[in-house]
Amino acid sequence: MKNFLTIAVSKGRIYKDTLPLLAQAGIEPLDKDPEASRKLILDTNIPDVKLIIIRTSDVPTFVEYGAADVGIAGKDVLMEYDGDGLYEPLDLNIACCKLMVAGFPNKAGNEQKRRLRVATKYVASTQRYYANLGQQVEIIKLYGSMELAPIVGLADVIVDLVDTGNTLKANGLVPLESIAAISSRLIVNKASMKIKHQRVQALIDRLTKAVEQAPRS
Amino acid sequence: MSINSQWLLPEGVEELLPQQAEHLDRLRRRLLDLFRGWGYELVMPPVMEYLETLLVGRGDDLDLKTFKFTDQLNGRLMGARADITPQIARIDAHHLLREYPSRLCYAGIVLHTRADSYGASREPMQVGAELYGHDGVESDVEIVTLMVETLLTTGIESIYVDLGHVGIFRALAEAAGLTHQQETHLFEVMQRKAKPEMQDMFEVWGLTDRWRNIFMSLVDLNGDVGVIEKARQALHDTDDAVIKALDELQQVATDVLQRLPGLQMHFDLAELRGYHYKTGVVYAAFTPGHGGELARGGRYNQVGAQFGRARPATGFSADLKTLIRVSAESLPTVNAILMPYAADPDLLQLVSNLRAEGERVISLLPGQQGTAVHLGCDRKIIKNDRESWVVVSLS
Repeated sequence: MKNFLTIAVSKGRIYKDTLPLLAQAGIEPLDKDPEASRKLILDTNIPDVKLIIIRTSDVPTFVEYGAADVGIAGKDVLMEYDGDGLYEPLDLNIACCKLMVAGFPNKAGNEQKRRLRVATKYVASTQRYYANLGQQVEIIKLYGSMELAPIVGLADVIVDLVDTGNTLKANGLVPLESIAAISSRLIVNKASMKIKHQRVQALIDRLTKAVEQAPRS
Repeated sequence: MSINSQWLLPEGVEELLPQQAEHLDRLRRRLLDLFRGWGYELVMPPVMEYLETLLVGRGDDLDLKTFKFTDQLNGRLMGARADITPQIARIDAHHLLREYPSRLCYAGIVLHTRADSYGASREPMQVGAELYGHDGVESDVEIVTLMVETLLTTGIESIYVDLGHVGIFRALAEAAGLTHQQETHLFEVMQRKAKPEMQDMFEVWGLTDRWRNIFMSLVDLNGDVGVIEKARQALHDTDDAVIKALDELQQVATDVLQRLPGLQMHFDLAELRGYHYKTGVVYAAFTPGHGGELARGGRYNQVGAQFGRARPATGFSADLKTLIRVSAESLPTVNAILMPYAADPDLLQLVSNLRAEGERVISLLPGQQGTAVHLGCDRKIIKNDRESWVVVSLS
């Protein structure tokens, strides 16, 4: 795929929110519904631009390795991703939410004698957050249904993405502290930025314009 | 551990099997010959030494990358080298003590606690060349040219060289009055060209609009040679050191192109590889289809000071294991000659002559399995009608 410009996008919300931005930048997939077609490499209206559809947490890996020239990944994924092998030149302002600490209301954590137990999918971000607070915590890595952890006593609090807060509310939890504002970023492979500079820079410029014109969510 | 896993090697540690080993060693020899032709003297620093000398002046990520252990003779902490360049700096500053330029080269295994990038080896074979004792674009030009020649020798034809200059960011950070901590933080974020994060940071620091715009424009100052002109306009009233750095960069680019016409060059003024110890022009080489750097280098004028003698220095290095993986060239198949096991002086003389000519002659062991073909032979030595030893074709 040396001569293509490959864009890595993850399925679901990011894909849906990315399409209008790409369309404004003049790139439209020929196949409108990748979820139905199950294709992993999508042709676009521009013959040498391809979209590849992968899991969101794999986007940085594909881009750093050069399997994709650019990608679109949530800041939450990038914060977990170790290393500085990528460029993150643009905030696309889509898929916005917050990385938060959540737990039961009115349950003061500082009364506890033992270490705070935190259930999360975002181990590195959580570690960094509590280290900055000077607090030693025990982190329990989970892959989903985080809200369950405090209810069944597996953890005292959770660190998770909060959008509307409805899932928290439905399980009797409330947001306690905000760790970071999350949105999707355009990421670029370092070698592609240099070797395919004109095409990559043109894409960045057009997406920058598209983001500026997009209605603020 | 089950018996089945006794062959298992640690992650990122590999064995080179005959084909790869031969490829790598041929390349190593060719490169050292190339360096010799340019006047670079080979040195062989040790694989392990005391930790403090290994990490001198480089308290950054090199510390985390270095394997550590105790010297059983005296209890001092030792490390396995993770980078050869500081060792070469020590050799120049402490042992050679020359008043004229030293050109030194090396090839050797280094060990990394964590691989540099995905799929990279944790025991790369670092090869490189360093030029000490000259402070000027001419020595940078020599090293950049040699770096490109190295990749050409490797069989990599499509080469992109990325040029930058750490002096620009350093001068701007000082002129803007950033604290050391702010400078480090900004450097880290700029390596990712993370403009959104820079904006947030500047907000917190309360940086003036002028400096915000300058640092933001620095991130965008990348592309073809036009970047230098753009930089002159964007940064003209900032600091004399910035203008000087831009002049140096332009000179290096012009002079390298004279030596390597048609070389594809890219400029990136926010690329600060090796920022913690580099002082001037920095560069790296890329090739399409490989997502990372193939070779990298730059000017580091201060490293020798830690060994008692600061000499201007510039150099580059690459990993041979990466180079053979990326290189398109294939090994020529060498056809061997099969010889019988015998002690006839005529036979032994013939074999000795053939080997001296560069032929590969393999002895057929009595009772062995496999045929001449398995051993890679296309000819064999037999006794002809007139009782003399001759080489005949197998087919």
